[in-house]
Amino acid sequence: MSATDAPTADERILRTSPLRKLLGRPELGSVVGAIAVFVFFALAADSFLRAASLSTVLYASSTIGIMAVPVALLMIGGEFDLSAGVMVTSSALISSMFSYQMTANVWVGVGVSLLVTLAVGAFNGFMLTRTKLPSFIITLGTFLMLTGMNLGFTKLIDGTVSTKTIADMEGFPSARDVFASTITVGGVGFKITIVWWLALVAVASWILLRTRAGNWIFAVGGNQDAARAVGVPVAKTKIGLYMGVAFGAWIAGQHLLFSYDVVQSGEGVGNELIYIIAAVIGGCLITGGYGSAVGSAVGAFIFGMTSKGIVFAEWNPDWFKFFLGAMLLLATLLNAWVRKRAEATK
Amino acid sequence: MTRNPNRTALVELSGVSKHYGNVRALEGVSLTVRAGEITCVLGDNGAGKSTLIKIVSGLHQHDGGTLALDGEETRLASPRDALDRGIATVYQDLAVVPLMPVWRNFFLGSEPRKGIAPFKRMDVDLMRRTTRAELLRMGIDLRDVDQPIDTLSGGERQCVAIARAVYFGAKVLVLDEPTAALGVKQSGVVLKYVAAARDQGLGVVLITHNPHHAYLVGDRFVLLKRGTMVGNHERDDITLDELTRQMAGGNELDDLRHELQRP
Repeated sequence: MSATDAPTADERILRTSPLRKLLGRPELGSVVGAIAVFVFFALAADSFLRAASLSTVLYASSTIGIMAVPVALLMIGGEFDLSAGVMVTSSALISSMFSYQMTANVWVGVGVSLLVTLAVGAFNGFMLTRTKLPSFIITLGTFLMLTGMNLGFTKLIDGTVSTKTIADMEGFPSARDVFASTITVGGVGFKITIVWWLALVAVASWILLRTRAGNWIFAVGGNQDAARAVGVPVAKTKIGLYMGVAFGAWIAGQHLLFSYDVVQSGEGVGNELIYIIAAVIGGCLITGGYGSAVGSAVGAFIFGMTSKGIVFAEWNPDWFKFFLGAMLLLATLLNAWVRKRAEATK
Repeated sequence: MTRNPNRTALVELSGVSKHYGNVRALEGVSLTVRAGEITCVLGDNGAGKSTLIKIVSGLHQHDGGTLALDGEETRLASPRDALDRGIATVYQDLAVVPLMPVWRNFFLGSEPRKGIAPFKRMDVDLMRRTTRAELLRMGIDLRDVDQPIDTLSGGERQCVAIARAVYFGAKVLVLDEPTAALGVKQSGVVLKYVAAARDQGLGVVLITHNPHHAYLVGDRFVLLKRGTMVGNHERDDITLDELTRQMAGGNELDDLRHELQRP
């Protein structure tokens, strides 16, 4: 039966044109959008196409992108994390204050910060899976608690709203190399966060598309009950995703600390929405079950191009949020349209 | 197919009951599933079919009575536990993840892997090939196993779910209303695969409210009504007419007929 069917099957597979395959990709809409934004600013700002400008744009993109990747995975898994923005600040504060107060090598603080931040992520996931409340509520609670703790602990320990400098402490230079150094390629300096960002995109894509965990992420976001019924560990998958966000927050937080020596405890509020926007522009369905890590990177890149492009074009940066909002609407409409087209051709 | 009542049943429920708070969902229900046989569970909406299926598939635990697998009394802790003991359940509406490709759905929860520890990955080639071959064996010729599973018809989706359970070596297949949402032709296709699964030696529990479908393939019929068992018949003991009559409410139907009779 299969032998006689094989030629027919091949014939029909030929009908699967590369174009249709491309149309089926979740990140297509964002790639089209990214090209449009790129062309737009290339025409609007003469300095936009210079290598130094590219470096600036990539740096801005990477600081968003590092968080957009795990946030996108979480969204594919069907959940939100509103505490992601302030968690970055918390992670930086923990690292800085622990090292300073204990007069320890800064790497000890970095390690403690990793453990505590992962614990916060695990807490989010655990609360979500145990209480079955919407993640919007759970992480809104964590968001507010972390915001309060960031300010409260910093004032309590350091007396002001920012931490003391740790630039002269042991281990600082090597930690700065890892989290906040600049790599020069062809005379142009690129921030190391770009490397972290691309590495995270690569690892996340591999997990999503090639591992069992990736299959589970799509499944818990796409149909949680079906996933549970066939034996997917739903709770473990979700807790893992929240810990992934925490891991991203740790990297972003350490970058924040080691590029400025001090941390402002009020920072990070509002960034959680920016990460979500990047993921949505990148083709993640807000209802879960669909999206990609590469898409989130393209979303973050659009973000970086817009925020810096406005500066290069010498426009009033007050308009940035307007552009961002318009872009979000356009990208989401484009994504929806592309998906409909892709499904219609099937 | 030989019937041997002395052989140990794959699944044996006796006097099983289940309460949700003060609601009695199931009371004193018995059910036997043997290899190579189809046990049909019939009942109207709210008769307790879903509760019964949830107990057999490990989603809920029973409060009273006994559940024995291969003659050994036990409790199923979770759907995973049930699966590991060879009980696979195909649900009417939550069988698949709609946006996921067919091959990802086929292997969901039991993905084959290759490689060493930190780089362990799914064997995607094997997964794609197997999905295609297994579905072809059931007569579903997919042009693309990468298409989202919700692009398949309802009957095809049921067959994918059944093919999947058979492939993963299920000994007992629990089917929740597999023909409820399907047309006549598609129902026939699904029932053929149910029979095919039986012929491969699986024990099948077929939940349905359609006595005609049940009688086409069933060896044993359990009738539920308002959480209690009102009938448990071998195929030889009952005719389709009698089954239909009992299913439709038995004496109540007679009364109704009397009431509605034209003068």
